[in-house]
Amino acid sequence: MSTSKLVSIAIKVNGVVREAQVEPRTTLVDFLRDALLLTGTHVGCEHGVCGACSVLLDGEPVRSCCMFAVQADGLSVTTVEGLAPQRGQLSAIQDAFCEKHALQCGYCTPGMLIACQALITRNPHPDEAAIREAISGNLCRCTGYQQIVDAVKHATAPKEAPHD
Amino acid sequence: MKAAAFDYIRADSLAQALELLARHGNDAKLIAGGQSLVPMMAMRLVRPALLIDIHRLAELQSISRHGQEVQIGAGVRQRTLEDDTAAHTLLPLVAKALRWVGHAQTRNRGTVGGSLVHADPSAELPLAALVLDAKLRLASHTGGERVMQAADFFVGPMQSATGETECLSSIAWPAWEGSGIGAAFDEVAIRHGDFALASAAAQVQLDAQGICRRASFGAGGVDGVPRAFPAIAQGLVGQRLEPNLLRSVATAAAAACDPGNDPHASADYRRHLATILIVRVLREAAQAAAQSLRGEPAGKQA
Repeated sequence: MSTSKLVSIAIKVNGVVREAQVEPRTTLVDFLRDALLLTGTHVGCEHGVCGACSVLLDGEPVRSCCMFAVQADGLSVTTVEGLAPQRGQLSAIQDAFCEKHALQCGYCTPGMLIACQALITRNPHPDEAAIREAISGNLCRCTGYQQIVDAVKHATAPKEAPHD
Repeated sequence: MKAAAFDYIRADSLAQALELLARHGNDAKLIAGGQSLVPMMAMRLVRPALLIDIHRLAELQSISRHGQEVQIGAGVRQRTLEDDTAAHTLLPLVAKALRWVGHAQTRNRGTVGGSLVHADPSAELPLAALVLDAKLRLASHTGGERVMQAADFFVGPMQSATGETECLSSIAWPAWEGSGIGAAFDEVAIRHGDFALASAAAQVQLDAQGICRRASFGAGGVDGVPRAFPAIAQGLVGQRLEPNLLRSVATAAAAACDPGNDPHASADYRRHLATILIVRVLREAAQAAAQSLRGEPAGKQA
């Protein structure tokens, strides 16, 4: 079996620069899970169909199975572990997923959260069509998607002004 | 589902990438967004010994206007072009087509040039390039540059005319001159974002009387390459785009296609879809052209 030269990379993951030597064929998702032990990002189909491995790359959603870790050298990655403001807390979209029962088995959830977070960052008040478009690259076999759409609506609904 | 081992070089310049490509030939492969190549490597349909990364080359990233052409670097990400409203005004068909390309996750990585070179007969950007008669600039280490028309560039399923030591560097998309221009793109896929079973694209220009002055249309997924129908489209010029005319034009175009039979759709079904979709995009393009003549904002669907 042929081997390849290891490549030095430095990727900022959830705010911390992580340096490593990787085989070029190591996908970004395998690097995150196996080298950094960030197992929140799930591996589904490994060929760009299911969206479970979605992460934010420089703030935009990408599939981490469809790129090699070497391609992310010098860039910034946010995984599902990096969505919450602090350990033990939930981000607004994570909280809305709980509130609206937007997950059942949980396999698609990290990718769905990333896709939804990316949508909200671009468009703080998306309509239903925009929400469905944003999650169209992520397969869920449990929810029928409705609760996920509800969760995004819940997280992005205009907040009532606080009463005195 | 893991790629075979390969060496990796991130090129610092297009010249370096071309030199590496010339030296390693068929053992090397260029990677830009990798949204087709990485899955193909994971399935081991492709096993390059060397991957040359051109994704960050600034010289492949520019979008600029030269007279009636919009020059788009091959390395421009699909998402970048999707966000470029100035380009949308000049190239309404490209704007419409991009909405159908994969998903946000793939468009953030995938490039305009990568999609063209991959030459999937169902892909949206190759069809748009063909319908608009785009010119593709290919660079090589020894041969300098050559420019090809889109009609000559797509030679078969997943086959473009790009030589093994060549790199697509930019694409010149003609912007139509004048007012009353409208475009439309539509497709049928099993799931949104999947490759189309059939797709259709059209751009038309109407005068103030509603007479068609210029028309171009094509279909994807219904042959080994995307198809445009310039001779049939010529029959629309000087006419009102009435339903009966659109129907006869679409039927003639679909009859000229040679779709394959596969488990997802029979050849007859693909041809049936092509007919319907061509009628639809011609009608919607004409509506958009009429809207623009009335001074209504583009993109608003009737």
